[in-house]
Amino acid sequence: MSGGTFMGMPAFPQAAKAALADTRLRANLTHATHTIRTKRATAVAELDDWNDLREAGKQIKDHTLAHLDTYLLQLEAAVTTAGGTVHWATDADDANRIITDLVHATGHTEVVKVKSMATQEIGLNHALEQAGITAVETDLAELIVQLDDDLPSHILVPAIHKNRAQIRDIFTHHMHHWGRPAPDNLTDTPADLAEAARLHLREKFLRAKVAISGANFMIAETGTIVVLESEGNGRMCLTLPDTLITLAGIEKILPTWQDLEVFLQTLPRSSTAERMNPYTTTWTGTTPHDGPQNFHLVLLDNGRTNTLADPTGRQALRCIRCSACLNVCPVYERTGGHTYGSPYPGPIGAILTPQLHGTTTPLHASLPYASTLCGACYDVCPVAINIPDILIHLRERITQGGSAQQQGRKVTVKPAKGHAAERAAMRTAQWALTHPTALGTAQRLATTTRRLHPRRLPGPGKAWTTTRDLPTLPPTAFRAWWKTRSLPTSAPAQNGRTTP
Amino acid sequence: MTTSRDQILARIRTALGPPADHQPPYEHAITRTYRTTHATRTPRERTALLADNLTDYRAHVHHTTPDGLPALIARLLADHGSRTLITPTDLPPHWLSAIPPSDVEIRTDDPHLTHHDLDTTDSVVTGCALAIAETGTIVLDTGPGQGHRRITLIPDHHICVIHAPHQIHDSLPQALLHLDPTHPHTLISGPSATSDIELDRVEGVHGPRTLDAVIVTE
Repeated sequence: MSGGTFMGMPAFPQAAKAALADTRLRANLTHATHTIRTKRATAVAELDDWNDLREAGKQIKDHTLAHLDTYLLQLEAAVTTAGGTVHWATDADDANRIITDLVHATGHTEVVKVKSMATQEIGLNHALEQAGITAVETDLAELIVQLDDDLPSHILVPAIHKNRAQIRDIFTHHMHHWGRPAPDNLTDTPADLAEAARLHLREKFLRAKVAISGANFMIAETGTIVVLESEGNGRMCLTLPDTLITLAGIEKILPTWQDLEVFLQTLPRSSTAERMNPYTTTWTGTTPHDGPQNFHLVLLDNGRTNTLADPTGRQALRCIRCSACLNVCPVYERTGGHTYGSPYPGPIGAILTPQLHGTTTPLHASLPYASTLCGACYDVCPVAINIPDILIHLRERITQGGSAQQQGRKVTVKPAKGHAAERAAMRTAQWALTHPTALGTAQRLATTTRRLHPRRLPGPGKAWTTTRDLPTLPPTAFRAWWKTRSLPTSAPAQNGRTTP
Repeated sequence: MTTSRDQILARIRTALGPPADHQPPYEHAITRTYRTTHATRTPRERTALLADNLTDYRAHVHHTTPDGLPALIARLLADHGSRTLITPTDLPPHWLSAIPPSDVEIRTDDPHLTHHDLDTTDSVVTGCALAIAETGTIVLDTGPGQGHRRITLIPDHHICVIHAPHQIHDSLPQALLHLDPTHPHTLISGPSATSDIELDRVEGVHGPRTLDAVIVTE
């Protein structure tokens, strides 16, 4: 039971069409996203310096990214001095191999996991399963997804697409395959469901010898790792086992301990709409007689350096995975997370996935178009990532091609297929707008034939008008009207002058 | 052979290009115009805010004096029906002086206790490093009166003693200045909770499901 895989997912428009037909999914998502949206706004409104915190968070992340090599080396030295071991992984395979070897070296075949986006990104559970190691997800929502052999659909709440009755059924039908069965006559009240998860996982926590976690923040100056959570499953995994393996993207770094004062204020409020999440754990290397005595930190690239090379796109690496952008997105609210074909759904996924993995597959090339460009995501982002700007930038990259960095080498990306009509239309527009006479002729022709225009475009433009009507043309083009307009004789003219 | 470490560092340097010549030191690189505290409060107001925020997240807040502390701890254990208690080795002994020995077996934090031993322990009593009023947060740093991290994790009932006014700080920025990052920390804001079912918060998953925060005012 490795959980599903995002491999072979269709491009966003096809996946979205299927998702939109699922009325229960839409009801679940509408309920959940609207609940959290209002709460977030209230939690943020409590702080009158929110914009200053947001700006500082943005600057701290930008500064760190601009000196990433320096801070990574500082972090490595600090973690090593504090008794930890640092590993570097260029890609998913590299990271999976390192972690599998580390688990094998302990001699154990079961690991407990704290919810981690990075391990989702590299498909760690599947890699461990291939190596004969069982990875037990301990976050409630991750547990729901794992028991149901499903895929995560939200960064914070991977089972957001399931309602309480569905979760009850998953527990009743699948918990006994993994360990302690669900209690008899389990109800669908959230408190009872949480109790069932507590009982199911308790034995696993107490006997676990190896844990795997992600990291919310890593402090370069001290080597401190920080994990925020709510349930206490994180504390269990980070405290009780003998060996702790933490996988973190190289962009999760902050220069100083003081920098936490910004992000520990902005992350919980943006994420679960709380002043502070119930539990935050920080640790620095190993501590004698307290917590895991073997600590390994695996630093992951997996496309992050490709992203760093793009001056417009690199701001996506500021992301602290709060998921506020998902909760406000009109597209995410309707299609859900699976349609984005990666563990990173929603607006952030639409800019992160194509940058981490390139735009060569139809799915990845479709993601920058999975947006209305309304900008709600940018408004709520606690590190001010201008998601609409990056979406437009990526659309340009896809239709026009351009230079990029891949695995440290400069490459030229070819224009993607399927955008020929768009390119032709833009070239024509560019020519027409720089040739006024031709433009005038074309406009006259277009307006005089306006009654004959179809509501939908034929040929390659058909897809564009599948979901929208062509705009109706006015009887006269603006430029033609401007030339022929009759000026009123007694009204005040421009520039404040009056006629006598 | 090029290591993954070398490759990643080389990729970063290629991505960033040559470093700029004049760069301000980090202390001056960031505009920190945010507040270090969101209000000016008297010690009494600070304590009240902490109590309010802890209560908001379903911690049970109790106020007492140094003299009243032992009786309060004894009552909280009795109310919870606790038969076993674990404490840090350096907890002031008089805190436990009102607990009837026949009712509660008292264990002390000991590396030889197994996780299962702790799982059969009903309650834990500790002090804390400090508390943060604006966020309703208690910070443990394994310092005096707190014990190892696992004793405040596995038992289902945590009684945590906070001394007012000196242990209560206004805000997160002020509190962080008093913490040593080399120690392991646990920041606690209410009992264990989850928002994983329909994004609605419910209390009580893996951590202690009952948090009694005892504020002792000198």
